[in-house]
Amino acid sequence: MSSHNTSTKEQDYLIESQGYDDHFHEHHHGDKYQMNFLTTYIFSQDHKMIARQFLITGIFWAFIGALMSLVFRIQLGFPDADLSWLKPFLGKWIVVNEAGIGKLEPEFYYALVTMHGTIIVFFVLTAGLSGTFSNLLIPLQIGARDMASPFLNMLSYWFFFLSGAVMFYSLFLSTGPFSGGWVAYPPLSALPQASNGSGNGMTLWLVSLTLFVVSVLLGGINYITTVLNLRTKGMTMWRMPLTVWAFLVTAILALLSFPVLASGFFLLIFDRSLGTSFYLSDIFVNGQILDRIGGSPILYQHLFWFLGHPEVYIIILPAMGLVSEVMSVHARKPIFGYRAMVYSIMAIGFLSFIVWAHHMFMSGVNPFLSNFFVVFTLIIAVPSAVKVFNWIGTLYGGNIRMNTQMLFCIGFVSMFISGGLTGIFLGNSAIDIQQHDTYFVVAHFHIVMGVAAFFGMFAGIYNWFPKMFGRYMNDTMGKIHFWITMIGAYAVFGPMHYLGMAGVPRRYYRFDTFDAFKGFDDMNKFITIAAAITFLAQLVFIINFFYSMYKGKKVTTPNPWKSNSLEWTTPIEPGHGNWPGKIPTVHRWAYDYGKDDREFIQQHIPLRDGEQHSSH
Amino acid sequence: MTSLIIILSVLLLLIIILQIGRINEITAGLRGEEETEVKNANSNGIWLVIYCAIFLIACFVSAYYYLPYMLGYGPHQAASAHGGLIDNLFSVTLLFTGIVFVLCHIALFWFSYKYRYKVGRKILFMPDNHKLEIIWTAIPALVMTILVVQGLVTWNKVMADVKDGDDFIEIEATGWQFAWNLRYPGADGKLGVKDYRLIKPGKNELGQDWNDTRNHDDFNANELVLPKGKKIRVRISARDVLHNFYLPHFRVKMDAVPGLPTYFIFTPIKTTDEYRQELRKYPEYNIPSDPTDPKSPPKWQAFDYELACAELCGKGHYSMRKLVKIVNEDEYNTWLSAQKSYYLTSVRNTDEDPFKGKNVKIELESKAIELESNLRKALDTSANSGSRTLVLDNIYFETGASTLSNDSEYALNVISKAFTKYPNLKVEVSGHSDNVGEPASNLTLSQERANSVKNYLTSKGANSGSINAIGMGQNRPIADNSTDEGKAKNRRIEFKILSF
Repeated sequence: MSSHNTSTKEQDYLIESQGYDDHFHEHHHGDKYQMNFLTTYIFSQDHKMIARQFLITGIFWAFIGALMSLVFRIQLGFPDADLSWLKPFLGKWIVVNEAGIGKLEPEFYYALVTMHGTIIVFFVLTAGLSGTFSNLLIPLQIGARDMASPFLNMLSYWFFFLSGAVMFYSLFLSTGPFSGGWVAYPPLSALPQASNGSGNGMTLWLVSLTLFVVSVLLGGINYITTVLNLRTKGMTMWRMPLTVWAFLVTAILALLSFPVLASGFFLLIFDRSLGTSFYLSDIFVNGQILDRIGGSPILYQHLFWFLGHPEVYIIILPAMGLVSEVMSVHARKPIFGYRAMVYSIMAIGFLSFIVWAHHMFMSGVNPFLSNFFVVFTLIIAVPSAVKVFNWIGTLYGGNIRMNTQMLFCIGFVSMFISGGLTGIFLGNSAIDIQQHDTYFVVAHFHIVMGVAAFFGMFAGIYNWFPKMFGRYMNDTMGKIHFWITMIGAYAVFGPMHYLGMAGVPRRYYRFDTFDAFKGFDDMNKFITIAAAITFLAQLVFIINFFYSMYKGKKVTTPNPWKSNSLEWTTPIEPGHGNWPGKIPTVHRWAYDYGKDDREFIQQHIPLRDGEQHSSH
Repeated sequence: MTSLIIILSVLLLLIIILQIGRINEITAGLRGEEETEVKNANSNGIWLVIYCAIFLIACFVSAYYYLPYMLGYGPHQAASAHGGLIDNLFSVTLLFTGIVFVLCHIALFWFSYKYRYKVGRKILFMPDNHKLEIIWTAIPALVMTILVVQGLVTWNKVMADVKDGDDFIEIEATGWQFAWNLRYPGADGKLGVKDYRLIKPGKNELGQDWNDTRNHDDFNANELVLPKGKKIRVRISARDVLHNFYLPHFRVKMDAVPGLPTYFIFTPIKTTDEYRQELRKYPEYNIPSDPTDPKSPPKWQAFDYELACAELCGKGHYSMRKLVKIVNEDEYNTWLSAQKSYYLTSVRNTDEDPFKGKNVKIELESKAIELESNLRKALDTSANSGSRTLVLDNIYFETGASTLSNDSEYALNVISKAFTKYPNLKVEVSGHSDNVGEPASNLTLSQERANSVKNYLTSKGANSGSINAIGMGQNRPIADNSTDEGKAKNRRIEFKILSF
């Protein structure tokens, strides 16, 4: 324990003697940006507060999204069960027949599936993950006082909040929320005649996600500017922690791809309300011949997936960054192949822009075109494999602390292996003929970008909770959370591969309409029960999170994990501006663990005489 | 009540977990940081290894259990010519990825266990290793190359469109909320054009343009019946929203897009019966098809191919089922001949029919075929039928004139062929009329009309001496002249074989 105190003093001394003086305290006395409750907790411009806002909003949406999945899993696992007990919650969407048996309306089943996807992909794994950790870690880890534009940063959260509010409101429409799948393919999404959910539900969906795009762009431009311009003295690009690299590339992907989604949405809005025909042609719907000719529904798919594919990397890259950092810290060992990791992130980021049509092999695009998309898609396996091997290489020869965040890192790598490998099947267009839109796809993307991204996020939350709230999360509850989630997630999504191989299509309200798809009743029951148990484990997490926020064990040292990166040189509860005095200057990369028999060497500690840089 | 109990017990469980967490935190505080870390590392390290073992075993056991559902294994065989290629690619990919899956997991969990926290353990300081990194970049790159090459070869083979001169059957599948419509091309082998603006529910579901005579023989089927061994090109379209034409047993899947017809080409290689016989070999297909009724036929016997929708199209997406039957060529032809043209059964001479009251090619042709067979019988020496007189009800003149209309050619060409075949054929062609108008002018007109027929036949090569053209006027009615139908029957050309 005493060693901590010495190092803390040493650290403060170092920052004061060598740090960069930006005359932080000469600008103003007191903090004009955090004067009252409103500016401190609500309209805060402090990146750390905004990060917490993103995180807690993300947890709220994750809870809603998971709850929805539970309802439709009950439908799939127990299609003949009496659901009248859900009537108090779901109202008219549960139809009770004369025999008193309550049934979930198919329309609402599809609305749940659609909302589950939209919420988890955008609100939880984009805003909740990247929004939280980019905000928290970019300024802290590069040695900046805040984001380049704290005001835009605040707007970024509030646009997200507004987006969520609109989506939440749409859940209570009498025609129901949008129900045409999270990809919202027209003509279904364009024609209120084709589906109730395509009426006002879809209008609000589009409004909500357009606001969301604004939020992402405001955040993204800020992250990029901050990383490029506000790094402290000595923090060269090649000394940045992998988290920051991942956030940077993520923000670039978001900045380049979300506007394309917005353009796709605008054309859809025009088709819906101005009578244009960008996506519509030759349609007879609900007894009505539509006066729309010349559009192509496939155009929308191109615009959607031009975002949609980078989007899955927007989700997974921050998780990869968090895992790389946490794994290195708790294996007490430098991340293996730092440069290869960075190049892999870049390669994945670049390739993510030229693979989008692999979602569209069977959608009627020219089969010749698919050849290119197969090649680029399967090339992604190479940088992904390099990352996996590097993580395993990081564990090799380490001194691994088995705390919750480390377990989630190991779980992440396992999920990424399993889900990544099934991607090799689906990326090959010939196999995709059979596997497209089956449960094999559901299993694949849930494991590789759903569960894996959540694991990365959990690793991050458990690891940086002390920085966010000055307290630790409970490790025992964390482990209960980890083990149930790890086993539960595989129990839910593992069996789905077999459903997919048997050809069972996704987005079916029930399976007994087809001989070929029924006969998996036991498996579907098993999946539903596993999903319910996994959901309960998430309640353990939520309780742990909020309990620890107020009652958790207090952090007594600024660097509880003996970590190298700069956020641990700030006070235990850093104020606005992060460092009370000077900003630390950086002398080395973030991964000097176990070097020259020193357990860890923080980034602001100068090289000793004769000491060589570790990775250059 | 039960839900209340469930909610309470879940709450209780969560509180217990919270308390356990708190107690462990306190004991850890007493025990000291380092000791807790070691204890943690030991227990969780062991758990990781046990987890890994159980996980991998579960993967293999479940794979064995679900082998019947894996592509290309057991009963889950492809029923199309190209399906085997896809199944094979799947197996090759499964082999490569399976090896990587097992090895990576063993390494991941074993290293986690082996290098778990120990007081004083010195770590291996290894920021990078270029040789290792080059190796593990090169190996995935090589494996990917193999998979890409095999994948693309398969893909381009499967997706190639038909070429000129290929022997194939083209049918059309149209999806709408929430059913499939199947259209066959009829005898001409060609699907007629359609335009969605012509759609009339209940009358013209597809918007077929009845001006296009290729539409006249098209028929719709309730089941997708196809012959074994014949290349099928399915033209896939949609009427309202996206659908997807999905035949799981045939490894066929393609979106149906409004305004953009797509296609998929495949060759069924197993009839429904053959597939059933293969299923019969598997015990899991020898149980009753209806689990609640032990007397129901076994699963293999109840098996049928199915057509499904695989693109979300609204609330009835899950119910777009059509039965698929693969039969032998003979059975297929029998089935084909029993199908009725939609145009002739439901459109002909209704207000929808642009040819209402006019002749249409398909009818003229079928009457010509009928005439041909009647003529063959009349010229058959062995059949002593006696009736060597044929009524040519397929010969048309301009109103009140003796000019032959073009529609007459179908019947007359059949007759003229007989003259080529039987050079000694001698016939009498007689014109008849109804009782409307002056008997004398009727007589003249019928004579002139008989002459027109004779002239046409001689222009096609018949000897003018072998045809005796006479006009009978209204003298020989064969039906009641008091009705319109009777009158129509009496206006006729008769063709009497004198000798041959």
